[in-house]
Amino acid sequence: MNAHAKVQPNRIAGHGRLTPANQTRFTFDGKTYGALVGDTVASALIANDVHLVGRSFKYHRPRGIVTAGPEEPNALLGIARDVTRHTPNIRATTQEVFDGLQATSQNRWPSLKYDIGEVNDVASPFLSAGFYYKTFMWPRKAWDKVYEPFIRNAAGLGHAPEHADPDHYAAQFAHCDVLVIGGGIAGLCAALKAAKAGARVIICDEQPQFGGAFHFDVDAQVNGRPGFEWAQETAAQLSEMDNVRVLGRTTAFGYYAQNFVGLVERVTEHVSAPAPGTPRERLWQVRAGQVLIATGAIERHMVFANNDRPGILLASAARTYLNHYGVAVGKNVGVYTANDSAYLAAFDLKRAGVQIPAIVDVREAIDPKLASQALELGIRVLTGHAVIAAGGKLRVSSMSVSKAGGGSEQVIPVDALIMSAGWTPSVHMFSQSRGKVKFDAETNRFLPGIYAQDCICIGACNGTDDLGQTVEEALKAGENAAKNTVARPKRAALNVKTIGGESWNGNMVGAAPGAEAGKVVKAFVDYQNDVTAKDIRLAVQEGFHSIEHVKRFTTNGMATDQGKLSNMHGLAIAAEALGKEIPEVGLTTFRAPYTPVTFGAIVNHSRANLFDPTRTTPIHDSEVALGAIFEDVGNWKRAWYYPRAGEDMHTAVNRECKTVRETVGMFDGSTLGKIEVVGPDAAKFMHLMYTNPFMKLGVGKLRYGIMCREDGYIYDDGVVGRIAEDRFHVTTTTGGAPRVLNHMEDYLQTEFPDLKVWLTSTSEQWAVIAVQGPKARDIIAPFVEGIDLSNEALPHMSMATGRICGVETRLMRMSFTGEAGYEINVPADHGRMVWDTLYATVNAAGGCAYGTEAMHVLRAEKGFIIVGQDTDGTVTPHDAGLGWAVGKKKEDFVGIRGLQRPDLVAKGRRQLVGLRSKDSRSVLDEGAQIVADAAQHDKMIGWVSSSYWSENAGSPIALALIEGGFDRMGETLFVPMPDRTIEVEVCRSVFVDEDGGRVHG
Amino acid sequence: MAKAAIKAMDATRVHPLAGQSFGGPNVSIAPAPEAYRCSLRADARAVPSLSKALGIKLPRSAKQSITAADRSALWLGPDEWLIIDTHVDPLDDLSKVRVLHSAVDISHRNTALLVKGPRAADVINAGCPQDLSLAAFPVGACSRTILGKIEVVLLRTDVDAFRVEVWRSFSAYAFELLSTAASHN
Repeated sequence: MNAHAKVQPNRIAGHGRLTPANQTRFTFDGKTYGALVGDTVASALIANDVHLVGRSFKYHRPRGIVTAGPEEPNALLGIARDVTRHTPNIRATTQEVFDGLQATSQNRWPSLKYDIGEVNDVASPFLSAGFYYKTFMWPRKAWDKVYEPFIRNAAGLGHAPEHADPDHYAAQFAHCDVLVIGGGIAGLCAALKAAKAGARVIICDEQPQFGGAFHFDVDAQVNGRPGFEWAQETAAQLSEMDNVRVLGRTTAFGYYAQNFVGLVERVTEHVSAPAPGTPRERLWQVRAGQVLIATGAIERHMVFANNDRPGILLASAARTYLNHYGVAVGKNVGVYTANDSAYLAAFDLKRAGVQIPAIVDVREAIDPKLASQALELGIRVLTGHAVIAAGGKLRVSSMSVSKAGGGSEQVIPVDALIMSAGWTPSVHMFSQSRGKVKFDAETNRFLPGIYAQDCICIGACNGTDDLGQTVEEALKAGENAAKNTVARPKRAALNVKTIGGESWNGNMVGAAPGAEAGKVVKAFVDYQNDVTAKDIRLAVQEGFHSIEHVKRFTTNGMATDQGKLSNMHGLAIAAEALGKEIPEVGLTTFRAPYTPVTFGAIVNHSRANLFDPTRTTPIHDSEVALGAIFEDVGNWKRAWYYPRAGEDMHTAVNRECKTVRETVGMFDGSTLGKIEVVGPDAAKFMHLMYTNPFMKLGVGKLRYGIMCREDGYIYDDGVVGRIAEDRFHVTTTTGGAPRVLNHMEDYLQTEFPDLKVWLTSTSEQWAVIAVQGPKARDIIAPFVEGIDLSNEALPHMSMATGRICGVETRLMRMSFTGEAGYEINVPADHGRMVWDTLYATVNAAGGCAYGTEAMHVLRAEKGFIIVGQDTDGTVTPHDAGLGWAVGKKKEDFVGIRGLQRPDLVAKGRRQLVGLRSKDSRSVLDEGAQIVADAAQHDKMIGWVSSSYWSENAGSPIALALIEGGFDRMGETLFVPMPDRTIEVEVCRSVFVDEDGGRVHG
Repeated sequence: MAKAAIKAMDATRVHPLAGQSFGGPNVSIAPAPEAYRCSLRADARAVPSLSKALGIKLPRSAKQSITAADRSALWLGPDEWLIIDTHVDPLDDLSKVRVLHSAVDISHRNTALLVKGPRAADVINAGCPQDLSLAAFPVGACSRTILGKIEVVLLRTDVDAFRVEVWRSFSAYAFELLSTAASHN
């Protein structure tokens, strides 16, 4: 173990907060490195003096670690635990090292140091902004073979995982009075204040440890304690409170309507061997009374030539690596700044024994205190100077410095370069909440302006720089949040005294000297999308004046880091090129997610069986036992057919169809929608909702009903039974159950609110077993009690209540097959028992169970329509040959006016007819087009809606919607297919038992 | 067949989740015992008569339920209640009521899961967006709400216990979602 400690050349003894004894190891591009527990991959790599970690997206330029946080644009690695757990594009600056972690660099081939794609860097004049739009215009032929493969190849970094994700992701909805986003001093103070006042608080922070800027700022004291330690103690104190939920490693990624905020918690991403059952990540969907946004600020880089060389980092990042991780970013570190805070980083590094050859400051004048401190430490400060360019390729080797206005250059050797152009307040969450930012010209930054939701920004994200003021602001916000959300807030004193704290004075936005307009240098604005200052000027020059257009043309800020570093620089350069002020150019919109969110977290539990509910009927297990093959109908599993040994689907369906007509068959109809319509006005309501007359339907009678929409087209159909004067049992199609109930409820509440009637779904109350065929009565008779089954007492289309197999039943004499038969409704929990009992008898009598396919064939043999198959939303009852079901004397029903529209009564409408193939063999394709002239295939006059082989008819049968179909009986029409044209004859849509006598048997 | 044979038939109800249960240290999930259920619809005027017939005072405001002995009445809407009784069919009591109402037997349409234990609320919150804190959803609170991709009626029967009423064919989904959430907490 100690061997690894020795090979971490940049680890500085006595610095940082990690424990030297807690050694661990990981691999990067196959090589093993030592690390300390608590390291990020980035801090561990820098400890090992590795800065080169990847190649850039477009130019394949060598890239290193720039930041120490989630804003990292460059250091995106593939992170793996094992073969099945590989995730691309993980920021090395947020991924904690665990024992056995495998990290791989991306976008390079064959190796990180020798990357063939580097040719793009040389060819960069051809790859400037907008080159996609210009280059891939023509010739058209080049698209498939050249351009598209090229673009696809160039799109995206890293490789998508090839294996199914073996881990589980959890989800949790949560509510709180106060959600605090960010666990720096502002968030902690606000959370504690609100919690002490009695508010239910959730506080989250994306880092493993709370404390925000105290990760690097070691000068500040809070209540006499070092800031970072105070933060840990405060977070622990919050954790112990019953009304507080403290979520570390948790990123607030999206702020949605009505204070609904999405958080993702990385539960085991830092653990070497996650405990079984622990989710990998957890999605929190939080509804908060008030949101306190304490998201801090993000340091910006300086825009100068070759500012992307590995070893060039943000000053605060270098300070974090030193003060938190005990890692120096180099041995001889140059400093380039427009801001005070870089000095503090330089001072800390110098005190830790790192050489600081110079601090280069673009400002002419600086705080004398800083100047004297630098002098004391022996650091040369070059004010009014600029770093014109960085030297080196795989690692920065020097900085070329000259006076900001030009002049002679001096080259200063460095092995790392830290920079700061100032701090950008993190207004992402505020902006996502639809809040409007306002520009503060004095400090060159956008700050929260007009609030759209109940939230408050506090601390650095609100532009509050001073530590004492931040605390004051946070305590006030915490107190007010509790007042606003808790009925009786408690008075709780909370004193937070601070000493010291970061000076964030000074800043610059836009290109630094040496990268001004006219200079042909690569001064990167957006590292991740390889956008340079020149690209942005080019966009303006080419006529893109809106910042939204500039953004899309250059792709500035469109990478996964969402321009956390680049947006302000890009905007400033565009503004300068346009000759406008920054606020006139405007800011692009911040969108969720703040940082990338895994699909796993979004999908969470909804995988495999939980992807979508699978609904099974009460009889399902018996059907499985009978060997049924199932089909999906909506969310339902329905028995499709029941093949016996040696049968394929065709032979099984033929047998089932024959058996029903010759003997008896059983069918599970439980999925039918059922609605109980109850109340003194039930009949009146039914009369209005259906085209058929219902006022005079007798108790114990059934009626086939058609329901239209207002426009007169068929919406649903089903058989309706009158249970009592004030009670109807309505059935709907399987797929129509929920929408028909909603449709009825809509009309009841909006059009007919005066009717005294209520609707209740009973779809799942009743299991439905259809027993159909000549022997149906004989089969059920022995099991029925209290119902006279004779034709006289219970004729076709009538019903009775009684008992079957010892349980309550609503027994309906009806038929969707054309045979005499019953639909037996029994309470669902008894469905399987009744089915099994009847099936034994059916089987003994030579009958069989039949599935949905046979049911479809049997009904088509009789010309019974299926709504949604033989109708398409433009078919009226008359078109479907069901004009008899429209009450002639009715004065009103839903659709009555629609049906009178001229178009709906005009000649030549498509009408439902039968088709027979003239060769008596060819089964038509459902959906096939029909033409009148065999020579003219492009003039469609209709289409095939249902088509089957009918074993009972001994021929193919089909239903079709054909223009003027009713007047075409006997006509020959044509169905053109890719390989031939099938001749068909128009006929009535009834193929067996044309006079319909069998149902009465 | 002789009627005696019919009598011998097994008319006991089969719960769709019969035999399934989940037991963990912090939460247990099990099918509820069989029950009678009735969907009761009526205007406010009818409430006193219906309450009298049911022997239970129908709650009149949102999220409220009342339980007495084996019978519970859950407010689901301004004119809608779910009556659950583990022993006596509420429809029998309502059959004598003359006042205007609709009572529909849904004993078999719904089934129920009992979720118990210190993490019961968290497990339900894996798929249910309701605020289940005791302040917002006290013992006796009920709501027609969602659980993942399905509709459920949720009733808090105790500090750490919930009854999840669900349509029969969605019960397998409900059970799997809850037990998956419970085992990945």
